[in-house]
Amino acid sequence: MADLLEVQRLRKEFGGLVAVNDVDFRIAKGAIVSLIGPNGAGKTTFFNMITGVYKPTAGRVLLDGEDITAKPPHAVTARGIGRTFQTIRLFGEMTALENVLVGMHCRLRGGILKSILRTPGIRREEAKAREKARELLAYCSLDGRDGDYARNLPYGDQRRLEVARALATQPKLLLLDEPTAGMNPQETVDFTSFIARLRDEEDVTVLLIEHDMKVVMHVSDRVTVLDYGERIAEGTPGEVQRDPRVIEAYLGSGALAG
Amino acid sequence: MANLRGRGGVGPAWWGVLERLGLRHERWERLPEPARRSVTLGAAAVLALAVLTPLYSIDLQAIAVFLVLAFLFVPPWRRVPVVGRFVLPGMVFALLVSYPYWASPPEKLFTIPILGPFPNMNTMVIAAIFVMMALGLNMVVGYAGLLDLGYVAFYAIGAYTAAWFASPQFAGANPDFTPKREFTLGAVDVIPGIGGFHVSIWLLLPLAAALTAIVGVVIGLPTLRLRGDYLAIVTLGFGEILPQIARNGDNLLGTGFNLTGGPPGITPIDPPGFGYWLQDKVGLPASYITHPAFESLFYWTAIFLVLFTLFCSVRLRDSRLGRAWVAIREDETAAAAMGVPLMRTKTWAYAAGAFFGGIAGCWFATFKTGVFPDDFYFNISVFILCMVIFGGMGNVWGVIAGAVFLAYLDREGLGNIGGWINTNFGTNIDVPLYSFGIYGLIIVVVMLFRPHGLLPEARRKREFEHTLQEEELTGAES
Repeated sequence: MADLLEVQRLRKEFGGLVAVNDVDFRIAKGAIVSLIGPNGAGKTTFFNMITGVYKPTAGRVLLDGEDITAKPPHAVTARGIGRTFQTIRLFGEMTALENVLVGMHCRLRGGILKSILRTPGIRREEAKAREKARELLAYCSLDGRDGDYARNLPYGDQRRLEVARALATQPKLLLLDEPTAGMNPQETVDFTSFIARLRDEEDVTVLLIEHDMKVVMHVSDRVTVLDYGERIAEGTPGEVQRDPRVIEAYLGSGALAG
Repeated sequence: MANLRGRGGVGPAWWGVLERLGLRHERWERLPEPARRSVTLGAAAVLALAVLTPLYSIDLQAIAVFLVLAFLFVPPWRRVPVVGRFVLPGMVFALLVSYPYWASPPEKLFTIPILGPFPNMNTMVIAAIFVMMALGLNMVVGYAGLLDLGYVAFYAIGAYTAAWFASPQFAGANPDFTPKREFTLGAVDVIPGIGGFHVSIWLLLPLAAALTAIVGVVIGLPTLRLRGDYLAIVTLGFGEILPQIARNGDNLLGTGFNLTGGPPGITPIDPPGFGYWLQDKVGLPASYITHPAFESLFYWTAIFLVLFTLFCSVRLRDSRLGRAWVAIREDETAAAAMGVPLMRTKTWAYAAGAFFGGIAGCWFATFKTGVFPDDFYFNISVFILCMVIFGGMGNVWGVIAGAVFLAYLDREGLGNIGGWINTNFGTNIDVPLYSFGIYGLIIVVVMLFRPHGLLPEARRKREFEHTLQEEELTGAES
């Protein structure tokens, strides 16, 4: 399979601290890949460099062969990377529907003049967008929540709304930053099968940052492990699980000796 | 105390009093809306009567006006689409348009206690101009959440555009730069041989708006990268720089070129008008200034411009761009990650706000038949911002109410109140002298009792309440 995302020797320094150290990374089209590592390993920094929030110190990011290194976030989104955030960053005082509509921003064309005149073209586009947004909400099991303000939704629904909003950008690659953090076990199970369904039905590739090993082992095709900004292991979930460096990173060096 | 916060209508302190009297907030909330509104209105009427009856005799006309207001305000018109969408706005529009008939001498309207007579036409034109500006600033501050402390700059550019292209400025003041022949394009009653540019105001309005919007973009591009307080400081700077240029532009860069007329400004600006051909054929006034009811003409045109601004404002709010503005206001990082181009979207907000500021400035200059740099001080920026905050950021109706009220106070209200105080208490206070202190006091009082403004946007109000609650939570933890 062709690679959808290719990251070459990506590096980020914050002053003297090397947060991400020359990491190579690739994701095949249609795969679900997890990125794991202890706290502070540089996972979110890595995410932020891919999505254009941070400028890498060195290295390149290619999406479908196109160089997207250090492009501004909205340009990265327009080229097909959608994301969620580690801490939920919905537009709290907008309704669920409006949140999704903002996600469609770069797929809609309505300019300022046409919006004021509300031309038939704009009316059609808006109606279609609303229709599509409702479908997306229903797909993410949020039907009937259209008019609710995002802030008032239960936690699990907020997480799913973030995914719906990210899907509204029509991504080829979906980045999920700790999507099950704070969920109860049942919500986590539901969400895991939801991710698998996404890949199968919606034809998106998924990159996941996750701490819950059950989720990682269950859903991932490949797993990459970061520690202190370096890639210390890469492989199938089973391989990674047995990798001595991974065990050391997670449990400390004593775990192997003992 | 925390659960008392954010209850609409009456401030938390008042609820404390009312609850002691037996009116619990929950019971109040359960009442149907018309009932709540009639109780509020009734209470206001009783209060007004109690205060005013000893001083004045009862006026039937005033009661009639009160009943009309009650009729507009109390029934839930919003649920009747035809009435809510067409009949009510139509009635308000008819009242507005016919206002000169009621207000022009001899006045057919009663005088309001303390405040005196209804505002005159001059005040109404100025109020309409301020409404335009407040609506424009509301796009920047209310919709997109970008604090702009230099909005007066856009107002000034609109006004000076009118002055440059509809006055003898470039002839009389700059004999070396332009030939002593005027360039006329649609302007009425230009004196032959006066020189300068004389473009019709109907062309100047869009020109001023476009030029101001372009300046908005030029100012916006470097400054909008900044966030929050930093943006406010830089806009403050621009709001100071442009009026300074206006004040000192009579000898531009030492070349002797007179751009702005310096401290005395530029006069006279050509009056608006439709020309003699249209006067003969359609009956439109050829020139506003020679017309007997010239203030009404300025007023009606200003009403038209306000409606145009309002229309654009509402349409933009409900568009893709308006959504993106709110998204940026809520969370810039998330908005960018969802594909909203931050710079471009913010610049559009700036340009749109500037556009309407330019129209307002242009009409203001035409109405005053001149521009004077003293009209563009920093305090005007603050004044317009006060209107937006006072009325309720984000909500166009609130902003309009705030602008009309403050503009009225500034032009007439304070003077009338002062007159009333002086005649009734034998004092000799020049109340308008303390105007900015009084506005400050009003803002403080409004912020204490209705922190989200008079008529807040539902969304804004919730944002604000959540911030309060979050602050309380973190306060409790630390």
